[in-house]
Amino acid sequence: MTTLIWIAAALVVIGVYLSWTAGRLDRLHARIDAARAALDAQLLRRASVAQEVGTSGVLDPAASLVLYQAAHEARQAEEDQREVAESQLSQALRVIFGEEAQVEAVREAEGGAQTIAELTAAVRRVPMARRFHNDSVRAARAVRRHRVVRYLRLAGHAPFPLAFEMDDEPPAILDDRSAGA
Amino acid sequence: MKIGIVCPYSWDVPGGVQFHVRDLAEHLIRLGHDVSVLAPADDETPLPPYVVSAGRAVPVPYNGSVARLNFGFLSAARVRRWLHDGAFDVIHIHEPGTPSVGLLACWAAQGPIVATFHTSNPRSRFMIAAYPILQPALEKISARIAVSEYARRTLVEHLGGDAVVIPNGVDVDFFAGAEPKAEWQGRTIGFIGRIDEPRKGLPVLMKALPRILAEVPDARLLVAGRGDEEEAVATLPAELRSRVEFLGMVSDEDKARLLRSVDVYVAPNTGGESFGIILVEALSAGAPVLASDLDAFAQVLDQGAAGELFANEDADALAAAAVRLLGDPVRLAELRERGSKHVRRFDWSTVGADILAVYETVTHGAASVAADERTGRRARWGTARD
Repeated sequence: MTTLIWIAAALVVIGVYLSWTAGRLDRLHARIDAARAALDAQLLRRASVAQEVGTSGVLDPAASLVLYQAAHEARQAEEDQREVAESQLSQALRVIFGEEAQVEAVREAEGGAQTIAELTAAVRRVPMARRFHNDSVRAARAVRRHRVVRYLRLAGHAPFPLAFEMDDEPPAILDDRSAGA
Repeated sequence: MKIGIVCPYSWDVPGGVQFHVRDLAEHLIRLGHDVSVLAPADDETPLPPYVVSAGRAVPVPYNGSVARLNFGFLSAARVRRWLHDGAFDVIHIHEPGTPSVGLLACWAAQGPIVATFHTSNPRSRFMIAAYPILQPALEKISARIAVSEYARRTLVEHLGGDAVVIPNGVDVDFFAGAEPKAEWQGRTIGFIGRIDEPRKGLPVLMKALPRILAEVPDARLLVAGRGDEEEAVATLPAELRSRVEFLGMVSDEDKARLLRSVDVYVAPNTGGESFGIILVEALSAGAPVLASDLDAFAQVLDQGAAGELFANEDADALAAAAVRLLGDPVRLAELRERGSKHVRRFDWSTVGADILAVYETVTHGAASVAADERTGRRARWGTARD
């Protein structure tokens, strides 16, 4: 009789542990989804501002074209091309806003100060959102690697989380905090 | 935005984390946000209107010293009630790895959680042992902030993942606008910090002082901070002791005036610093800074561009650099100017904007903070007792 009680107790403990772990995983997946949505929003915001600048005619035609093209590619990229396209937009932004004069030119245009403020916020927030996303991916992967999780398929059908890798270095002038926020 | 901030250390005891939380809360309130701070405090202590007490902190031996921490059913219940009443859009937990209300809040909440890691050197063995216990709570954090690149590196090493670097904030204009005091001017070297705490580095400075005075006989050392003054000058030859002036504990205003007055501010700290807020305050006041080359200090001083660095614990190097600086007004003026420009990045207007950007990033598309129902069943016992 006592053996049966022990077995029952052990089963209950195992059951509680498994249900807790599944709940933990579920929460981690929800966190990845939220982080990914935030990253998407920031990337889209950055591409939109870049496209606005590209079509505004404030910059010279060559720079406008490069910027427009990069922003367009970033917005239209298929999922598996996204990281490359977004990295190229980062590079285009760095080249075009590599000198103070370009930033000033935009700032002096009608409503330009607002645009620069938006662009500054966007290029600073993309790396932030990406770090938070990749951090959540790492946390979920750590739990999913557990043997119990793998053998009992506690993760269900959720796809194995992938980090978002891209070049997100902002243009140095826009990232310079000594000028104030 | 409704923001809940959790401070793990007792509100009645002054400390770096507490000051940071206070300044951050007040900055956010000035911007029009709805802020509530949860912190351990004695029930009798008068608290600012935005602070909610999490109960009295108990002194416990922890991590090599006696820390005043907060745990148990009563605290857990208060944390839950605070989360429930606050209905926050985001909560910001400071030092979530400390066994205090921060960790309890992390455990009891779900939704957008931001955490700031202030410490740079958690004991590795302890962290490895505690990892499985902390992990389920820490993995709820949606955004981690480290106060310096150095703190971030330690964090990544110990807990994996990544963090963004946002430095501690300072009210630059408070220091920049302070009135210099004539009696603290004229070939003065400043030092602020606990006298009897060897890691603050006063012994190194005392060892260097005879060499500095040999070259610059009219120099004076002004020391502000708590500790045994007799013992501090014990290593100094008797005839030089008059060149050292102890100011005791100084008020914030006097600290700013002192930093405005001195010719050189020396930070000879030998270790244990993850940020170096005092350097930022000195730069804000326009004081030329000479600091030991700790990782955290080198970063604040922009690898030596905004202030001079000397080899850590090397009294000779410190003396040589101080003598050179005191005899070179052009260099001092240059350091003052560079420091004042560089320090703008640490002003609350910049730091606060970055922290708000983090809040906005994690709340984007996410639900607001709520009590985590699964831990709720157990903590509800506590609610019944409170």
